[in-house]
Amino acid sequence: MTFRGTSLSLAFGLILASSTSSFALTEISWWHAMTGANNEVVETLSKEFNESQSEYKVVPVFKGTYPETLNAGIAAFRAKQAPHIMQVFDAGTGVMMGAEGAIKPVADILSMGGAKFDKSLYLPGIVAYYSKPDGTMLSFPYNSSSPILYYNKDIFKKAGLDENNPPKTWPEVWEAAKKIKTSGAAKCGYTSTWLTWIHTENFAAWNNLSYGTNENGIAGTDVELKINAPLFVKHFQELADLAKDGTFRYGGRTSEAKPLFLSGECGIFTESSGGLGDVVKSGMNYGTGQLPYDPDAKGAPQNTTPGGASLWVFGGKTDAEYKGVAAFFTFLSRTDIQARLHQVSGYLPVTLAAYEETKKSGFYDKNPAREIPIKQMMGKAPTENSKGVRLPNLPQVRDIENEEFENMLSGKQTAQQALDNAVKRGNAAIKQANGQ
Amino acid sequence: MASSTRVTFPNKFLPYLLLAPQLAITIVFFYWPASQAIRQSVLREDPFGLSTQFVGLGNFKRILSDPNYLNSLQVTVVFSIATAVIAMGFALMFAVMADKVIRGKGIYRTLMIWPYAVAPAIAGMLWLFLFNPSMGTFAYMIRSAGYNWDPLLNSGQAMLLVVAAAAWKQISYNFLFFVAGLQSIPKSLIEAAAIDGAGETKRFWTIVFPLLAPTTFFLLVVNTVYAFFDTFGIIHAVTGGGPGKATETLVYKVYNDGFVNLILGDSAAQSVILMVIVIGLTAIQFRYVERKVHYG
Repeated sequence: MTFRGTSLSLAFGLILASSTSSFALTEISWWHAMTGANNEVVETLSKEFNESQSEYKVVPVFKGTYPETLNAGIAAFRAKQAPHIMQVFDAGTGVMMGAEGAIKPVADILSMGGAKFDKSLYLPGIVAYYSKPDGTMLSFPYNSSSPILYYNKDIFKKAGLDENNPPKTWPEVWEAAKKIKTSGAAKCGYTSTWLTWIHTENFAAWNNLSYGTNENGIAGTDVELKINAPLFVKHFQELADLAKDGTFRYGGRTSEAKPLFLSGECGIFTESSGGLGDVVKSGMNYGTGQLPYDPDAKGAPQNTTPGGASLWVFGGKTDAEYKGVAAFFTFLSRTDIQARLHQVSGYLPVTLAAYEETKKSGFYDKNPAREIPIKQMMGKAPTENSKGVRLPNLPQVRDIENEEFENMLSGKQTAQQALDNAVKRGNAAIKQANGQ
Repeated sequence: MASSTRVTFPNKFLPYLLLAPQLAITIVFFYWPASQAIRQSVLREDPFGLSTQFVGLGNFKRILSDPNYLNSLQVTVVFSIATAVIAMGFALMFAVMADKVIRGKGIYRTLMIWPYAVAPAIAGMLWLFLFNPSMGTFAYMIRSAGYNWDPLLNSGQAMLLVVAAAAWKQISYNFLFFVAGLQSIPKSLIEAAAIDGAGETKRFWTIVFPLLAPTTFFLLVVNTVYAFFDTFGIIHAVTGGGPGKATETLVYKVYNDGFVNLILGDSAAQSVILMVIVIGLTAIQFRYVERKVHYG
């Protein structure tokens, strides 16, 4: 930790020394975790912004995976060399919110830029997740996505299923998966990435079930988990039963299950809408559908919650620098930029205007999969169960859940035991993180 | 060694000056971080360092009563013993075999040493690509043969996979030392035994193996330390500590608590305990095991 901090500050000091002397330009550093095509988007955006004006220069720096970027930012802050803008993944939101002395709310910064900040221009479901309980927007939503269902049309045909009618509820998914397996159309019926994000956090929101007290942590950091309620237990027991004969295949804690679907080993797949690019690239004959819901849940389907990442601004910088950050965020909010970002990258648009424009252009008629996550998130006004999950230590709680799920899927414990353990261990970890 | 004429320096500062680079490295890369770890281990701090609170031994108390910590201690013991035994056993076997080869000796030896140049994380990735149930070539073959290969959920298989990867990487290093050890055993001893009618197996166990004891002992220390510390990259790449906590070793837990869960105090306290364990282990090995080693 200490080393990281020092070497970082050294490196940073060198960059500062070499850059400040050459230009009167105000430099804005932007640490991010985007790789591949998404990294190119970051580079293009920065370049376009830099060319659009002559006062500020945004310098993007790739810092590794999401957790690595967060750690690098924290280490840099401790060494008093924090960047201006840092991209933080959804699960890290609670960590950042807990550090009020370290960050500067984006709402404040946008109004510093002279432009009046109007929250109503932004997609409500996304903005709510990145705002304080009193409504102050703390970070700028950059890349948001939501889980949807993908299926292999060729496998559906082979199994005698209707290839134009994806399963809508979990029981329908189980039935289709069993049929795929027993008919020999594929070795496995169903797989999923992110059991925590999709089957726990979004399962709760989509079925209007409570994930934890205090509006799942949105209203306050003191949270008691509720994920051992009967509908969760039923859902996970069904998953565990299907795992026994391989109808459901577990791929790993994050996105590792993707190859199982892309290689045609599994017929049905739930994954982030952001994963669409890889599915398209694989050239397979795929179909998409809404995230399945539980028909026993009252009011389901409700709405899904955003995953992805947002941009946070560190405190302690000069006014000129903040004005630059404000100018950059205003640039990012422009309708043409947002519409393009949405269409090229598959992220959700951040502003309503960008969504409307994309709709008008007929983009969704050709790419219906791109509209599914937006409809899922905007279909109904969020309830106290469906604004998202925010914990001071969500990454840790997800780890705990993953460990218990793995022990359940390998047959060491039942779903009831797994979820009871997850609640017990999770609650203890949240208490500790809250300093109690 | 025992000669009475010690080299002395007329200048009092010269010896310190000559030692300075080594001392500087030790201070900067060992004492400083170690003291930081000790300091951090008695504090409770938020990730950003905005609020710091002295908690004395509170962090240690909590860790030592945490069943997950005891679990990872057990995992570490199993992992280290398995890795050291497999890595050393295979290396010794290969060394003895390579020693018998007459033509192309150099080529065999060079090829055997190659895996050591592979970084732990890369070694982990290689094994992962071969045995990952979603995409691994061998995993596909094993599954096709009807065996339920799933290290993502089966903890025994996960442990097997990380031990195999860790041992595979270390075999080369051990091989190198065993080859050198074998070369230092006088051929005349072995020939004499052969003339006396001792078979190959008997010659190995009564002459070669005891004479290799110093090498074996040295490698035991090195391999234990390797299994404790240097295998982080392999575990990180292959299992991430899972399934459950089945492959979460002490070092991996330090990383996980500190860098993923951002509980700095707990993480620091664990690294202090780890430091004590390794110091103790090395001391015991030198004190008790070394006495039994035959140095020829």
